[in-house]
Amino acid sequence: MPAIETTELTKDYAVGFWRKRPKRVLEDLNLEVASGEVFGLLGPNGAGKSTTLKLILGLIFPTSGAVRIFGSDWRDVSLRARIGFLPENPSFYDNLSAEEFLNYAGSLFGLAAGERRRRAAKLLEQVGLAEVGDIPVRRYSKGMVQRLGLAQALINDPELVILDEPMSGLDPLGRREVRDLILDLKAQKRTVLFSTHILSDAETLCDRVAILHRGRLQGLGEIGEILAMGVASTEIVLEAPSPGVQDSLASMGVSAVRTGERVRLSVQDEAEVERVLEIAVREKVKVVSITPVRLTLEDYFMEKVEKGKPVREKFDRQALSRKG
Amino acid sequence: MARIWSITWHTFKEAARDRVLYNLIVFALLMIGASILFGQISVGIEGIILVDLGLSSIAVFGVLMAILIGIGLVSKEIERRTIFNVLSKPVHRFEFILGKYFGLLLTLFVNTGVMAAGFYVALFYQKRSLGPEDLLPLGAIYFILLQFALVVAWALFFSCLSTPVLSAVFTFSIYVAGHFLGDLRFFGQETHSRLVSGVTTLLYYLLPNFADFDVITRTAHGEKISGVLFTANSLYALLYVTVLISAAVLVFEEKEFR
Repeated sequence: MPAIETTELTKDYAVGFWRKRPKRVLEDLNLEVASGEVFGLLGPNGAGKSTTLKLILGLIFPTSGAVRIFGSDWRDVSLRARIGFLPENPSFYDNLSAEEFLNYAGSLFGLAAGERRRRAAKLLEQVGLAEVGDIPVRRYSKGMVQRLGLAQALINDPELVILDEPMSGLDPLGRREVRDLILDLKAQKRTVLFSTHILSDAETLCDRVAILHRGRLQGLGEIGEILAMGVASTEIVLEAPSPGVQDSLASMGVSAVRTGERVRLSVQDEAEVERVLEIAVREKVKVVSITPVRLTLEDYFMEKVEKGKPVREKFDRQALSRKG
Repeated sequence: MARIWSITWHTFKEAARDRVLYNLIVFALLMIGASILFGQISVGIEGIILVDLGLSSIAVFGVLMAILIGIGLVSKEIERRTIFNVLSKPVHRFEFILGKYFGLLLTLFVNTGVMAAGFYVALFYQKRSLGPEDLLPLGAIYFILLQFALVVAWALFFSCLSTPVLSAVFTFSIYVAGHFLGDLRFFGQETHSRLVSGVTTLLYYLLPNFADFDVITRTAHGEKISGVLFTANSLYALLYVTVLISAAVLVFEEKEFR
């Protein structure tokens, strides 16, 4: 049973002051997040990532379509006992301390007082707030508030953790800690669904990603497959090629950049690679390195978002057929 | 039930540490203290002045607290997005509303307790002793608390619907209008306009009749509160608050948090 399943999930917001008209912010989203996987929801601002997460949590209501969590309808409030949620740019009560807030959060899950104290202390230690756990939250920096947000999302030891831009507001060290924390959750076979526009985070953490743009699903698949999807080009570095060799390469249309004695070539296809290597062997030029330049998640993302058209249809078909 | 209590307790803790509240309590206590001075320049009616001014201070500053904190009870949670941290947990929306309501009510009860203590200290200072007749103001304080329960319910209702500023204006208007409902109805009847008369009669029945809860002057003059009024006001407040909070829950159930 998937942890989360959305079927043709659509959301319209009413916009306008006097004459309200619907504005579609999410359209026919079909997603499945399997139990135990780390799933990334990627997309630029306004893509519909937060809307999707809020629909899953029942903070907003679908215009049409369905959301099922652990096989049950999203309206079942008791389901949230198995979920931990970190909102985007979280905010807390100014006059309560982190310890008090975690105690409060734990009590909403029905945890006993002793258990709340034990978990709060452990989580504050884990997110690096143990020293400041007893001071009011109004004195916290943005990064500290984000850490508290993470701690409260884990107070119930959830099976499903939903994080809306978890790295937001964190310094590089904080981001590293959050990455480790997500990897910890992954090791514990917890399901993690998080939204981000930081692609390197998704690349490091996710088993699968979905790319949203203007409320529509543009791509869906396993990170491994996206990264292994193809070689965009091959980089060949030659040691001190003669002017004659360079002329031959130029006549082939190979782009070359000279750095000191070395020339770095960017070759587009395999046939061209063979021809370049043939020339190098024939002219006795030393080949320093041959490096396939693979498609990165960023390349994939940019193709999907900027061009707004499917560029890896084969991959998409595979991904969708797996889903079906 | 445990979740409602948890929300109540933490709403109380958050509100009780609000500096605005302390300022208002200090002002209220100063006013109660000042009523001793007013009493001293009013020959023969020192006791009446002290009870009248002291209880009025509790009522006025309590209502200010109820409005100032009540209007932000829900709208500030939405504005500051703290609500995401609560409603993403296994909390029913009605539990949130009830918890918020009782939390502010608890805050006001405790603050009223502090102000009432200040009032009795002032009374003791003036009379040098306290007798059984000095229990009479407790009845008036109970009615003041019932008024707070109504004001907070209105503030919470508006807080679910509107911005804090508009909620404050609406709640304060209702509080003021609620003291003059008899006059409003009389005015409507005198206009000979069916429409005006209909509207004022509707408002008379719709708005809370705060005048019935105002027994401060009678208490100051040593008049006892009848058991009938005590029961009627208690039931009226309970019914009114139940209807209003139910309406707030209905509004809140449909609310989306973008």
